[in-house]
Amino acid sequence: MSLIDLANPTRFLALSARVLPWLAAATVILLTIGLYQSATAPDDYQQGATVKIMFIHVPNAWLSMFVWGVMSVASLGTLVWRHPLADVAAKAAAPIGASFTFLALLTGSLWGRPMWGTYWEWDARLTSVLILFLMYLGLMALWRAVEDPSRAARAAAVLTLVGAINLPIIKFSVDWWNTLHQPASVMRIGGSTLDKSFLIPLLVMAIAFTLLFVTLHLAAMRNEILRRRVRALQMMQASRVAFSSEVSTGSRQENASKGAA
Amino acid sequence: MTALSALIRRDIRIALRVGGGALIGVLFFLTVVVLMPFAVGPDLALLSRLGPAILWLGALLASLLTLDRLFMADHEDGSLDLITMSRTPLELACAAKALAHWLAAGLPLIVATPVLGLLLNLDMVATSAVALTLLAGTPALTFTGMIGAALAVTLHRGGLLMAVLVLPLSIPVLIFGVAASQAAITGPLSFGAPFSILCALSLVSLVIGPFAAAASLKHGLD
Repeated sequence: MSLIDLANPTRFLALSARVLPWLAAATVILLTIGLYQSATAPDDYQQGATVKIMFIHVPNAWLSMFVWGVMSVASLGTLVWRHPLADVAAKAAAPIGASFTFLALLTGSLWGRPMWGTYWEWDARLTSVLILFLMYLGLMALWRAVEDPSRAARAAAVLTLVGAINLPIIKFSVDWWNTLHQPASVMRIGGSTLDKSFLIPLLVMAIAFTLLFVTLHLAAMRNEILRRRVRALQMMQASRVAFSSEVSTGSRQENASKGAA
Repeated sequence: MTALSALIRRDIRIALRVGGGALIGVLFFLTVVVLMPFAVGPDLALLSRLGPAILWLGALLASLLTLDRLFMADHEDGSLDLITMSRTPLELACAAKALAHWLAAGLPLIVATPVLGLLLNLDMVATSAVALTLLAGTPALTFTGMIGAALAVTLHRGGLLMAVLVLPLSIPVLIFGVAASQAAITGPLSFGAPFSILCALSLVSLVIGPFAAAASLKHGLD
């Protein structure tokens, strides 16, 4: 079973239908464990109970970047290998990635209020993630702007790859920009300095969120494939109606009403 | 080479003549700068502090505004198909078109900067700093914007979408442009570091822009 075997949408549908329930179950189990561990984790000596936002916030932030990475690989699949399912994967991932990014911004904002006394601070991290969110929205707009899915796919693939080049630039530049203006008043806990009681729930949550993404992504890809089949059938029907009305001098309305039915 | 120079000459000529729209960018730039004192109040001290940022924003919006003409007019009259089918590599043709666009629509913005600096109470040093950073940074705006223009050329009503796609890509340029000018005017920090990065951004987009634009044109114009 290689990647090229999955190029056949029918095989993909069959395989994903078998895998999806297991993935969903694993996601639910891990999320339950992770949430329980997060809830029972000790309070932080400085931040109190608000530290628990971290267990939701960090996985979201991590996945917001990860999903763009997945889309970039899929874009390579579209442009380089012409893999038939690559553009389906890229298109299905965009709204999910945008949701993760939005949730990362929202939870960070809610965490920032008690910690920094503000919902929003023009800090390096926040700004770069906000830009990422804007790029997701722009990408989704581009997907919706072109009627033909395969042409939309190639345009979106170019933009995804350009965005992937730009992301690290944005990240670094905003860091420097902050040292030029004012240093951020953020306390960032590095992963290594994190105590085990925090680290283990965080890792469990990160894996659970990744599984959540894979589950949602597979489901969204299935929907996208089915949507395209519906579209193809509608096109065929429309052309058949048009053709038959051209051929038969008969009633065009009758055909149109058949088509509508 | 002759094909490319012919393309550049043709594009500049079209841009500068009636209906070309290159100088409308400068007019827009002027209008944006004139609007600012109405928005923040006629406080000269404040205006001179905001000056570099206002000039950079105005130049960014003006160059964005003129970008949709980069491929659109050629697409409408069919010459874009001829350029695509000619023996000249499409990447080079895109680069030539972007260069012509920068010469016709980007350079006038830089020439206009000293005059507009007067309106914002900027002194000689500050004005020349902003002009210099614009000179180093606007090529990056044109060459990254070209990607958006190429994506939007096959869409109906592509102009607005192009703005949404291109603006996030221009943020690093804006950051380092304003940072370098601020460093030259007030900063304890060196002018060299952000200015070098600005030049680097321009060089990188000089390489990436034509390839990405050519790719989206090839795929978009079936």
